[in-house]
Amino acid sequence: MTTTQAHAAFNPKLRRRTDDETGQALVECNLVESITLTLAQEMDLDDRVVCLGEDVGVNGGVFRATDGLHARFGGSRVFDTPLSESGIMGAAIGLAMGGMRPIPEIQFEGFLGPAYDQLVNHAARYRTRSRGAITIPMVVRVPVGGGIHAPELHSDSPEAIYAHQPGLKVVMPCTPSDAKGLLAAAIEDPDPVVFFEPKRVYRLPTREWLQEDRYTIPIGQAKVITEGTDLTLISWGASVYQCLEALDTLPEDISVELIDLRTISPLDRDTLIQSVQKTGRCVIVHEAPKTIGLGAEISSIIQEHCFLYLKSPVQRVAGFDTIMPYYKLELDYLPNASLVSEAVRQTMAY
Amino acid sequence: MPVRTVYTAKIDHIQIMDEHGVVDEKLAHGTLSDQEVLELYKYMCKCRALDETAFKLQRSGRMGTYPQNKGQEAAAIGAGYALQRGVDWLVPCYRENAALWMHGLPMHYVLLHWMGDERGNQIPEGVCMTPLCIPIGTQMLHATGISWAFKIRNEPKIAATFFGDGATSEGDFHEAMNFASTFQTPTIFFCQNNHWAISVPRESQMNSETVAQKALAYGMPTVQVDGNDLLAVYKVTKEAADRARAGGGPSFIEAVTYRLADHTTADDARRYRDPKEVEAWQGKDPVIRLRKYLTARSLWTDEQQASLDEEAKIMVTDVIRAAEGIAKPTTDDIFDYTYATLPPELEVQKRTLRTHSLGQYPEQAALSSVR
Repeated sequence: MTTTQAHAAFNPKLRRRTDDETGQALVECNLVESITLTLAQEMDLDDRVVCLGEDVGVNGGVFRATDGLHARFGGSRVFDTPLSESGIMGAAIGLAMGGMRPIPEIQFEGFLGPAYDQLVNHAARYRTRSRGAITIPMVVRVPVGGGIHAPELHSDSPEAIYAHQPGLKVVMPCTPSDAKGLLAAAIEDPDPVVFFEPKRVYRLPTREWLQEDRYTIPIGQAKVITEGTDLTLISWGASVYQCLEALDTLPEDISVELIDLRTISPLDRDTLIQSVQKTGRCVIVHEAPKTIGLGAEISSIIQEHCFLYLKSPVQRVAGFDTIMPYYKLELDYLPNASLVSEAVRQTMAY
Repeated sequence: MPVRTVYTAKIDHIQIMDEHGVVDEKLAHGTLSDQEVLELYKYMCKCRALDETAFKLQRSGRMGTYPQNKGQEAAAIGAGYALQRGVDWLVPCYRENAALWMHGLPMHYVLLHWMGDERGNQIPEGVCMTPLCIPIGTQMLHATGISWAFKIRNEPKIAATFFGDGATSEGDFHEAMNFASTFQTPTIFFCQNNHWAISVPRESQMNSETVAQKALAYGMPTVQVDGNDLLAVYKVTKEAADRARAGGGPSFIEAVTYRLADHTTADDARRYRDPKEVEAWQGKDPVIRLRKYLTARSLWTDEQQASLDEEAKIMVTDVIRAAEGIAKPTTDDIFDYTYATLPPELEVQKRTLRTHSLGQYPEQAALSSVR
């Protein structure tokens, strides 16, 4: 972690206190509040940072992730754009070419489709195709995943699609403190970053106390949430919380190492490999469809690097290879704690 | 009154120099001096010479697919000359080479691009443009964004983007126009209506009478111009540039021109074009037109032409030598520009390709001893 002094406090409604031991200023946030706070701090620090997207201005975004930014920074830093995803992405690319640090928001992951061409065929390729002459430093913020009883195309998990595209970085933090450090890192990154925000955990009832001053968490580093010796449980996004719930239901003599990827691309292979070489067992949990999902890649990495360490086959608990159902059935579709728990027990019993 | 007219519009077509090289002096006033026209004519001839040679390079197997610019030089040069080199940005497709060269792109870069070498896109420092854009119409949004950045920072610069008539069918065209007019960015949308999107004629591409009228939907000043008329293209582009620089927002220009060659060297336009149509447009060739104009004004002689042709030949030889003389890139180049900092796995893959190995990790191979 690197730390620098932050500007004046944003969003006075948040509870704040000073850490007794470190003297560090702390602020209590949920995930979405942490993202808004970070955006404000980054915009304070760097005039080049601008936010654009549908309803991100006066309305503060449909999830309120940009709430208060328009009031603070005005209409020349926070733009309500036309309803036009390819337009948002393409214009953001141009802004980046023109020396700005744009943060386009795509309202839901399902609406990345129209912007796919600009993101994949231009943003991702520009450094390579111009041999470094033109680069696209931009952070594409996208709420992602299911579980909020939303309409069609508001609940998908397409992270593997974007992780498969060279030239893009893909990040998906699931805690307020990780989001703060990773968003700051993404904004200062010289390359395009897709910043997926698991909407299901935007507003968990339990907030987190986190350091208010600016800090960054390097893109590409997974986080070991609980250390363990018997089995490695790998997840990311909202599914991490199902994994945590599952841990509570498991017998105490099963020692699970839970890893949150945090960054989807580039993958932190070393952390995964070291863990599975230690435990010899692995379960991967994700919301996205199972086949050709990120779990398949992780499983293959483990096979390449941990073959002789494995005590059981790598298991995947994932979404099904179907269209994401409407919300009446979404909880049946999504991985849940009991499935994760069952996968862990089966793997242990192999 | 239950019915009332809420909107009416008209589109002007501007021509200053007709196909015989005869000029409307009144309209020509304040555009380009004789000396400027003379210099631009010489430049146009050189660009044509390089374009013709590039075609031959492809035919002789020394270069990959190439889209000839032939016939569209006045549009590119007239527009390019109206913009400030090193200040304004050009956001091209691939049929305005002359404008790119005029704004400082080394001529052999274009050949490098079509020779399958990304270094042709490595725009030098201080040269303000994006590389050639192969997908259709996607680059217009970048021009909107670039000029939007100028507006945010209050810089008196503009971005001009170039595209064909077919590109105006793409969604991105409309999104770029809508963004530009909504945010009043200093952007010029310059359509080279060359009548053909590969094999589909403009009339089959759209049902609108003109391309220019599409800009009306975005509340944008719009004009149709004879795209083979250097003076007229310069005049309308200069007006659009002045307006944009003064904070007047984006403009649209439809330059009516004609693709005298095939779409690319991989195309055979005889399959779908009437030779009579091509012949008629050959009579409107911008190079011939300018020569007639200069000759009539006693500014140009056959001797001067012969000397220019010789000069062009030498220049073309030099350009080809520069393009062909560059050593093949190393395979490291495939990896080194994927990100600013190469992730560890790409370091491994880079070594893999370099050594033609299977990409086995040393530590993994050592596992045999663990067993």
